[in-house]
Amino acid sequence: MSTKRAIDLTINGRQYQRLVAVRMTLADFLRHDIGLTGTHVGCEHGLCGACTILFNGEAVRSCLLLAVQADGSNLKTVEGLCTGEDLNPLQLAFQEQHALQCGFCTPGMLVTAYAFLKETPRPTEAQVREAISGNICRCTGYQPIIKAILQAADMGESGSQRSEDRDQPLSSRS
Amino acid sequence: MKPAAFEFFDPRTLNEALSLLNQYGNEAKILAGGQSLMPLMNLRLVRPKVIIDINRVAELAYIEPGAGGGLAIGGLTRHRALERSSLVHERNPLLAETLPLIGHAHIRNRGTIGGSLVHADPAAELPALALLLDAEFVLHSLNGERVVHAKDFFRSYMTTAIEPAELLAEIRFPAWLAKPGWAMQEVSRRAGDFAMVGVAALLTHNGNGTCEDARIALFGVGATPVRIEQAEALLKGARLDNRILLEAARVVSDVLEPDADVHASAEYRKDVAGVLTRRALERGMQRLREANEV
Amino acid sequence: MATQYIGAAITRREDLRLLAGQAVFVDDVKLPDMLHAAILRSTHAHARIRSIDASKARALAGVAAVVESKNIEPIARPIPARIYALPGLDRYLQFPLARDKVRYVGDPVALVIAETPYLAEDALEEIEVTYEPLPAVVNVRDALRDEVLVHEQNGSNLASHYKVSVGNVDDAFRVADYKRREEFKTQRLTGNPLETRGILAFYDPAQDELTVWGPTKVPHYNRGLLSTLLNFPEHKIHFIEPDVGGGFGVRGEFYPEDFLIPYASMQLKRPVKWIEDRREHLLTANHSREILCDVEIAATRDGTLLGLRAQVFGDMGAYIRTHGGVVPAHVADLLPTPYRIPNYECSVHFVMTNKTGTGTLRAPGRYESSFIMERLVDIVARDLGIAPVEIRKKNLIMPEQMPYTVGNTQPENKATILDSGNYPRALAQALETFGYEKLKHLEGHYDNGKYHGIGIACFVKNTGRGPHEAARVLVDAKGNIGVYLGIATLGQGHKTTMAQICADTLGVALEQITVYLGNTDYMPTGGGTYASRATVMGGNAVYLAALELKQNILRIAADQLETKPDQLQLRDGTIYLTEDNGESNPLMSLREIVHVARAKGLYDKDQFRLDVSANFTSLRHTYTYGAHLAHVKVDAETGQVEILRYLALEDVGRCINPLLVHGQVVGAVAQGIGATLLEALTYNEDGQLLTTTLKDYLLPTSTDVPPIECVVTEESPSTLNPLGIKGVGEGGIVATGAVLANAVACALAPLDVKIVELPLTPNRLREWIRARPS
Repeated sequence: MSTKRAIDLTINGRQYQRLVAVRMTLADFLRHDIGLTGTHVGCEHGLCGACTILFNGEAVRSCLLLAVQADGSNLKTVEGLCTGEDLNPLQLAFQEQHALQCGFCTPGMLVTAYAFLKETPRPTEAQVREAISGNICRCTGYQPIIKAILQAADMGESGSQRSEDRDQPLSSRS
Repeated sequence: MKPAAFEFFDPRTLNEALSLLNQYGNEAKILAGGQSLMPLMNLRLVRPKVIIDINRVAELAYIEPGAGGGLAIGGLTRHRALERSSLVHERNPLLAETLPLIGHAHIRNRGTIGGSLVHADPAAELPALALLLDAEFVLHSLNGERVVHAKDFFRSYMTTAIEPAELLAEIRFPAWLAKPGWAMQEVSRRAGDFAMVGVAALLTHNGNGTCEDARIALFGVGATPVRIEQAEALLKGARLDNRILLEAARVVSDVLEPDADVHASAEYRKDVAGVLTRRALERGMQRLREANEV
Repeated sequence: MATQYIGAAITRREDLRLLAGQAVFVDDVKLPDMLHAAILRSTHAHARIRSIDASKARALAGVAAVVESKNIEPIARPIPARIYALPGLDRYLQFPLARDKVRYVGDPVALVIAETPYLAEDALEEIEVTYEPLPAVVNVRDALRDEVLVHEQNGSNLASHYKVSVGNVDDAFRVADYKRREEFKTQRLTGNPLETRGILAFYDPAQDELTVWGPTKVPHYNRGLLSTLLNFPEHKIHFIEPDVGGGFGVRGEFYPEDFLIPYASMQLKRPVKWIEDRREHLLTANHSREILCDVEIAATRDGTLLGLRAQVFGDMGAYIRTHGGVVPAHVADLLPTPYRIPNYECSVHFVMTNKTGTGTLRAPGRYESSFIMERLVDIVARDLGIAPVEIRKKNLIMPEQMPYTVGNTQPENKATILDSGNYPRALAQALETFGYEKLKHLEGHYDNGKYHGIGIACFVKNTGRGPHEAARVLVDAKGNIGVYLGIATLGQGHKTTMAQICADTLGVALEQITVYLGNTDYMPTGGGTYASRATVMGGNAVYLAALELKQNILRIAADQLETKPDQLQLRDGTIYLTEDNGESNPLMSLREIVHVARAKGLYDKDQFRLDVSANFTSLRHTYTYGAHLAHVKVDAETGQVEILRYLALEDVGRCINPLLVHGQVVGAVAQGIGATLLEALTYNEDGQLLTTTLKDYLLPTSTDVPPIECVVTEESPSTLNPLGIKGVGEGGIVATGAVLANAVACALAPLDVKIVELPLTPNRLREWIRARPS
């Protein structure tokens, strides 16, 4: 019975080759084999979002994936969100808005928000609220997180302020 | 909560997958999106000896026009792909409207239509939709393929007609009816949760305000999704007005014998099934009017 | 004291690490040679243990040990109550492993230690336990019949009871025009921090020292207790507080695992890590809030409240845990508040059942008692034809009555005295901010299938629990400031708050200060963080220490500059003449102060010490207060409740960091909304917990919590401490059940629906609608 497999994958732009137990979850692999402990485990049954990472660009629950399933894939975790030494505009917005207290849900929130803003760069408040509805936070009551994501959307990648009417749904904008 | 040990295979072709299924049968579980199976495995509620991961069987993921104007969807197609497909929006507005109700984006990024249908959670939307829309399921095995109609597919609590050596390769949705009135109504504890009670309805009329086709499917009310034929029969051929809608809703409520769980009692489900049926039919009737207005 | 930082919305420096994914929670800590533990737990609510056979488990490859009750027998002792150890409760304490009986599903039976967590779980399945099931008792009414005894050696499930009495309740009821009696129930709840519990214990045989990562909340107390239980000197035990993923009352108390894991490490002489999973957490971390209250109120025809008579029953679970009787006690001690009820009597009963043991959850007893009192006030108002606002205005404790003695409403006849507050003003401000007058026409209004309701609730919260806290503030050779405290932090941001207090008190820049807390080595003793006490107790201790340090610094400078200390000031870490407010002539830096002090050998003389410890003592609680308002829409056909608007107003005396205070209030309200509408720990009649995953125990998500309008006021500083602060953290949750219940009751008033129970789920609302008299 083969219980281990060799896998080859890219995480935050770096290549890794490892031998993993086939039953090891991707979350455990990232945290304990690779040492990227930024991704957290909150429930292990796919309902809290603390373990959210990007799997080939899409936000997924890493507790519901096996490490072996990530062979050949391109992953991004919270550690890969920083631009060099500095925090990116999304992370800075979180700090400014006090969008984290204990910080345990934060990596999952950031990854979710990051993927969401890539797809919906100028969201409405309702869209942001919906986008993070699969990530549980026990501390903040969500409001500051939503404000932070809207603020980051406003800032855009360039870091410059954009004054857009945020209340219009995306589809009504040219 | 860590899964119990298992042997792992990730075939690249449908044939490989079927050979493995044939070999291991009952001892194996297909791993597709993993959004339902992995929690069960992590909780050790399910302990398959063998996992057949079909995520690399690319030939199983597709959305194509189906015979006669419908849809042919590969079993491995992700919910997100369906959500983003203009073909789905065009050819099946009800399916398009239902998809965002399924869980959350993270779940839809991985979850597959085939997985959802075979998992057959009675409170899930897709099995009820399949039943409502007379979908057909193409089951492949090494011995060949067979087509099972949705009404014969959902047997009992999370049990379908699929055999251990079979795989749900394709789901066929018939062509969308001409200018129907349709609606989906559900009550769940939180947005994205499984429904406590849900109703999907579809109405057509013959141009004089007389109902031609009426379909009502309920989910979250028993071991499987159900079509309420007595209510449908009441509506077919009848003049569509509020009185008949109320009566149809009452029939639904009378006929159902739902289960209870921590979220809702049987009485709640029976009660609310009637309410949601009425609301779904009202919305359906409204859409019917809108669709048939010149 | 000029303030630059106190009162400012300073963003937290803690955040950078957390945002970059560089935080270190207990499961992130890895040690060489580390082993992993898993716990075998009872699957029966009540059973005798006939036999345990762990031989197969021990034989599995990768299993280092299996610990059974018989292995720890020589040293095993029951875990005592840390607080509220009321008479009789100590007969119902929990041993680290169940001995002859299991008394709740989840009761720990054995401990497995293996090379990986996966293997440890495999090994659990190989342990064979033979149980002889016994009938289980799962509610207080059944338990009080004493037919099924949870601890048969004690002869009863009533572990303790006491009565509080204020004024003359019998007289009050005799003369009253109006009386009403109701039974209220609140459901069993738990806190569910997103990070589950975890412990990493490392006994180093070479040093004969034990280090434990994971403890928080009351680390010094727990270290002392562990020392006693292990019979190992306290100073050889080092608790390290990692980053902590929330607590809410549930994390940080001393549980069986807090003994078992360090014990295992000492036996195996290797690090042992235990990380709780979510199912385990729902099953075994402290439960709370399940209260039954039979209450009667007496009033005059015009709505003056005369008397309150209550019987409180707390469902304590199968064992008394470290909180002793605190939850039911806190239902009783503030039940009448914030109203003037001169006659009050309350019997408090502590009842054992075959369920998980209970402890505190954010605002223990207060969420429950606020629900009871505020519902009662609305019911009385409706019966007497008085508006909910008017009856409150009529009965609120008035500011001129402060400090107000509620009565001897605490156990052992201790008095409850409210320090300061202007309750009518808080209510008025909340009503005005909400625009209540313009909205009240919507009360009971039916619109497109839904009923509108507006709820009001006033509250008081005991905070700032003493008795002492110490802080140490020192200046190092480079002129940097170190602040040390014996409090913990579970995500609140204390390191920023304490730095703000120190910066302003001392007169240094915020960036010059580093705060150390949580680890037991920082201070010889500490009170911990709970009961909204950290900023009151720790903050004032920092204030006192910093004040003394500043005086010492000024003395050193004065000595050096040959002037008097009152001629000098310290600002931004630099000495100036007092009249030099433009800071144009810097005289000495802190670095120079240290240098001079050392050169002159002044460092150790008392009035020149640059390393100062101070103690702050307070034997009385501070009390925050305020009002909540909610506007809801109820779908009477489906029982669904939608919150359209929610306002929370809280007076905190003095606000050190508005950003953090708002965060605490909003976060607490969100938890309260979840508790009131979504959450419940549900047991079946066999004592099986049915809600063991997050699919069934529903936590509020972003689409369940509306934007909360939050108003923080500083009208009534506390008279009990120099900074005038009252603790923050719990106040925001107190009135959430009350206000939502009042709003829903208001919405469904046209249907005459009775609301006296929580939670307000669609299922239950429909049940109550169906049950209504008409």
